[in-house]
Amino acid sequence: MSAGEMPGETDALVMRARPRPVSALAATATLAWRAMLKIKHVPFQLFDVTITPIMFTLLFTYIFGGALGGSPRTYIQFLLPGILVQTILFITVYTGVGINTDIQKGLYDRFRSLPMWQPAPVLGALAGDLFRYSVAAALIIGLGLMLGFRPAGGAVGVLLAFGLVLVFAFALSWIWIIIGMKVKTPESVMTASFAFMMPLTFASNVFVGLDTMPGWLRAVVRHNPVTHLTTASRGLMHGHPVAADVAWVFAASAAIVAVAAPIALRLYHQER
Amino acid sequence: MTSAIETAGLVKTFGDTRALDGVDLAIRSRSIYGLLGPNGAGKTTTIRVLATLLRPTRGRALVLGHDVVTDAALVRRQVSLTGQYASVDEDLTGHENLVLVSRLLGLSWGDARARAAELLGAFGLSDAAGKQVRTYSGGMRRRIDIAASLVTRPEILFLDEPTTGLDPRSRNQVWELVRRIASDGTTVVLTTQYLEEADRLAERMAVIDHGRVIAEGTSRDLKSSVGTNTLHFRLANPGQHAEARAIVGELMGDGTLPAGEAGFAIKVTDAALAAELLGRLARAQVGVVDFSLGAPSLDDVFFALTGRPAEKESAA
Repeated sequence: MSAGEMPGETDALVMRARPRPVSALAATATLAWRAMLKIKHVPFQLFDVTITPIMFTLLFTYIFGGALGGSPRTYIQFLLPGILVQTILFITVYTGVGINTDIQKGLYDRFRSLPMWQPAPVLGALAGDLFRYSVAAALIIGLGLMLGFRPAGGAVGVLLAFGLVLVFAFALSWIWIIIGMKVKTPESVMTASFAFMMPLTFASNVFVGLDTMPGWLRAVVRHNPVTHLTTASRGLMHGHPVAADVAWVFAASAAIVAVAAPIALRLYHQER
Repeated sequence: MTSAIETAGLVKTFGDTRALDGVDLAIRSRSIYGLLGPNGAGKTTTIRVLATLLRPTRGRALVLGHDVVTDAALVRRQVSLTGQYASVDEDLTGHENLVLVSRLLGLSWGDARARAAELLGAFGLSDAAGKQVRTYSGGMRRRIDIAASLVTRPEILFLDEPTTGLDPRSRNQVWELVRRIASDGTTVVLTTQYLEEADRLAERMAVIDHGRVIAEGTSRDLKSSVGTNTLHFRLANPGQHAEARAIVGELMGDGTLPAGEAGFAIKVTDAALAAELLGRLARAQVGVVDFSLGAPSLDDVFFALTGRPAEKESAA
C-alpha cells in the first residue's frame, strides 16, 4: 500500500525509552481518573445509584411509615440512616461488576502486563465507587431533609455516619472483588448480589427495630454487622453515638479486609 | 546471534488439557517472528507465557535474558502485549485510553497527553480521538489497541492474531504498521491462523500444533521441506470433484492434496507431467480455473506436516 493511505509520520513510532515506572500512588490516582471518566461517559450507570434509593425512601416513608413508625415524619427519623446504609451497601456490588467486565474485556491483561504496582486497578476502582457512594448519600440525605428528616447530630453527625458507612462499604467491596474475579459474567455478579445482599440488609434493623422479630431471628439480626452499622449511623446522625456499635463496625470491617483483600489480590495475580 | 526469546521444553497444562507440550523456540532480536497454527494449537498460550501472564507448568523461557517466572517484573518493563480482543476501555475515548496507558507507564500528565495525540496521528485516528472506543470499527479498535502497546517502545511486541476479523484494507494497514514497528528496532512476535499473513510478514516462523513446534524456519525453508513444485487448480464446477480426483489419481498416484472443496494442490516433479494432467482434465471436459504451477503455499506445508488442512481446523 502507498504511504498516503496510512496518515501520520513514522516518527511517532520511534519511541523514547521507557520512563521510570509509575509510583503506586500515581497509578492508583490515574485509575481513579479512569473510573471518573467512565461515569462521565456512561452516566446511565448512576441510574441505579440514584433512582433506587429515592424510590425506597419514598416508598417506605409514605407507604409503610405510618404503620411502622406512627407517622411518615416520625418514621423517617428512624428510616433514613438505615436507607443510607442499605443503599451504599448495595452499590458495593458494582465494584465486582466493574472488575468482572474489565477482566472479560481483556483490560486486566493489559494492566497486568504493565510495570506498575499491581493492586492499583483494584484501588482505582474503589475510588470511583467513592464518587458513587457520595452521589447516593447526598441524594438520600437531601431528599430526607425535604421529607422532614431532622438529624439532631447536625451536619457533623451526618458526615460521621456517612464516613462510617464508607468504612464498611470499602471492606465489603473486597468480597465483591473476589466474586467479580471468580465468576464468568457481570450478570452472574448481579445474581450473586441478590442472594447475598437481600438477607444481609433486610435481616437487620434497617427498616424496623428488633422488638417485633421472633427470638431466633433476633439473635441472628443482632449479630449482623449491618445492624451494628445502622445503629451506629442512627446514633451519629441523631447525636447519641453508640461507641460499642462504632467499634463493632470497625472490627468487622478490619476482619473482612484482613481475610478478603489478600485473597482478592492473589486472585488478581492468578492466571486466567 | 542475539536471541530476544529462548524457550526450552515449555509445558503448560490447564487441568487435564495440555496446552503446551514442550515448546522450544529461539527468536532473534529485531525480527518479525510468526507463530502459526490452527485454533487451540497453543499459540496464544505461548505468548501469554512469554508476556508473563501465565506461568509455565514446566520448562524455561528467557525473554531478553530474563526468566519469565523469576524476573517477571523486568520482563514486563520491556515487552508489550496486544491481546486477541481489544484490551482498551470501550467507555473511554481513544485519546483517554492512550493517556491512561501512558500515565501507567510513568509519563507525566502533560507528556501522556502529548504522546496520546502523537500516536493517534500516527495511527490515523486523530479524527476519532474524542469518540468512545465502542463506536470504533474493528480496524480502528485494532489500531488503538496496538497504539496502546507502543506508548513507549517495547523491546518486544507480542501481537495475538492482530488481523483476525479485519477487512482486507484494515489488514493491510495493520501489516504496514507491524513492518514499521519492526523497522524501528522492535522485535515483533505475532500469532496468526492465516498462512498468508505469516508468509507476508514474518522472516521466520514456527508452526505449532497440539502444543508443539512441528516446523520452524523461514517461509522458504518450510516450503522447500515439502519439496518440489505444486500444481494448484480449482474446478469450475465443484460437482466434478470425484471425476477430477479419479483422473489425478490415475496419473499421479496418491499425491493429491485436497486444498479445499473445489481446490487441488498436487505435487509435481516436472512441468510435462503438469501439462499432461491439465490436458487429460480438458479432454474429460473437467473445467479448470485459477491454475498455477509454483512453490507450495503454507497451506500445503501445513497439510504435509499435520496431514490435515489448516483452514478446516481453524474454522472449527
